[in-house]
Amino acid sequence: MTIFEFVGQYWPRLLSGTGVTVTQFLAATALGIAISLAMGLLRLSHSMMLRGFAVTYIEIFRGTSLLVQLYWIFFVLPLFGITVEKFTAGYMAVGMNIGAYGAELVRGGILAVPKGQWEAALAINMSAAKRMWRIILPQALVNMLPPWGNLMIELLKGTALVSLISVTDLMFEAKQINGTTFLSAQVFGVALIIYYILARFMLTPFMRWLERFMARKMGRA
Amino acid sequence: MENMSAYPQEISGENIPMVKFAKVRKAYGDLVVLDDLDLDVAAGEMVSIIGPSGSGKTTVLRMLMTLERINSGCIYVDGKPLTHMPANGALVPASERHLRKRRIDIGMCFQHFNLFPHMTALENCMEGPVQVLGLSKAEARDRTEELLEMVGMIAKMDQHPSRLSGGQQQRVAIARALAMRPKVMLFDEVTSALDPEVIGEVTNVIRQLVSEHNLTMLMVTHQMGFARDISDRVCFFYDGKIEEQGPPAELFGNPKKERTQQFLSAVKEAV
Repeated sequence: MTIFEFVGQYWPRLLSGTGVTVTQFLAATALGIAISLAMGLLRLSHSMMLRGFAVTYIEIFRGTSLLVQLYWIFFVLPLFGITVEKFTAGYMAVGMNIGAYGAELVRGGILAVPKGQWEAALAINMSAAKRMWRIILPQALVNMLPPWGNLMIELLKGTALVSLISVTDLMFEAKQINGTTFLSAQVFGVALIIYYILARFMLTPFMRWLERFMARKMGRA
Repeated sequence: MENMSAYPQEISGENIPMVKFAKVRKAYGDLVVLDDLDLDVAAGEMVSIIGPSGSGKTTVLRMLMTLERINSGCIYVDGKPLTHMPANGALVPASERHLRKRRIDIGMCFQHFNLFPHMTALENCMEGPVQVLGLSKAEARDRTEELLEMVGMIAKMDQHPSRLSGGQQQRVAIARALAMRPKVMLFDEVTSALDPEVIGEVTNVIRQLVSEHNLTMLMVTHQMGFARDISDRVCFFYDGKIEEQGPPAELFGNPKKERTQQFLSAVKEAV
């Protein structure tokens, strides 16, 4: 069977799997951004306890395997009475994992904003929260967009692991098709191409566009 | 901690200085930057601070803007303590809340302008009035456009700082500080980062402020001619202390202290 015949026959399942992968990606991204922001800010807090909390979070989620984290959320938490539905467990694990990496980007982006910006914001008597939210974070965001692009690609590829807890994403569908047809080269070849197209022709151009958009907002372009 | 009982909780009577440094000391570890500084600035007075680098000039302004904490002594603005606050009949170091309440009287312009790069000139100036003073956008815009007109930047008000020259950015920064209607304005080497040909456009704005407004101003500068022209008083700082001070004609024309003479002649040679 040629690859074209293969796609002609199995495209509905591949498409539905791709849809789930994209949904997992979007949900994990939203969660990941929220966690990155929260942990990045806590990491810079004056309170040692809050800082300690963020450092512990980052260490745990960056220092251990994403797959193990996924299994913990899906298989171990129920032992403590917390049951998480598989779809939720999937994007939660990926989002929480990416959040730990993102937190360091947020922290670095904030520290890269020149000290004079803090001082100017203080000189017009802005509160600490407004200084951060209105003056520092927008500039930090521009600083951290390029590395965020890489992180997003990592995140997309990371979502393939959710197939291991039976979330019916692209990888799950590919394995199912392989199990019944043994057309390994075709099915995993197509999966490879779909991941590549998502990363290279959708995600990367979007991040580039976002960088240009932000540069325009900053009056740089 | 220092016993604060020697410092009044409020200065009353006639002729309250707008700014008062009372035995203010600032040190970084063993390095003493300011040594028991006493300095009164009257309301409406323009005081220039000159001196060699490392003499503590800029630190004076930064402490007044509350960008730096002081180690001992007390700073008063308009008769009320800035760096301290009264609590149970004594002065204690100011809380962040107290600082926010008192800082409102002070505005500052920086050597490197520090405009917010993600906002236009107009937005830079409206940010404080809207976000801090709680003005409506329309009110803030009226106030801000008037100031941008005064500094000659109304035509460029929709430009981002990256599109403006140094002199233009500094004029916007002056408008931004004035938009908060401070009682005291601080200028920290505002012409030092500028190309020679645009220094005049910034100093002209400051001249206009001096002649048309009753602001109290402290200015750190390396431009002796400018300081001489517009100041009511010039303070020469050396080694964390005021070595000599007086009206500009006196200090520049007939300096009494040897260090002042040395500094002024060194500056003259450089020009």
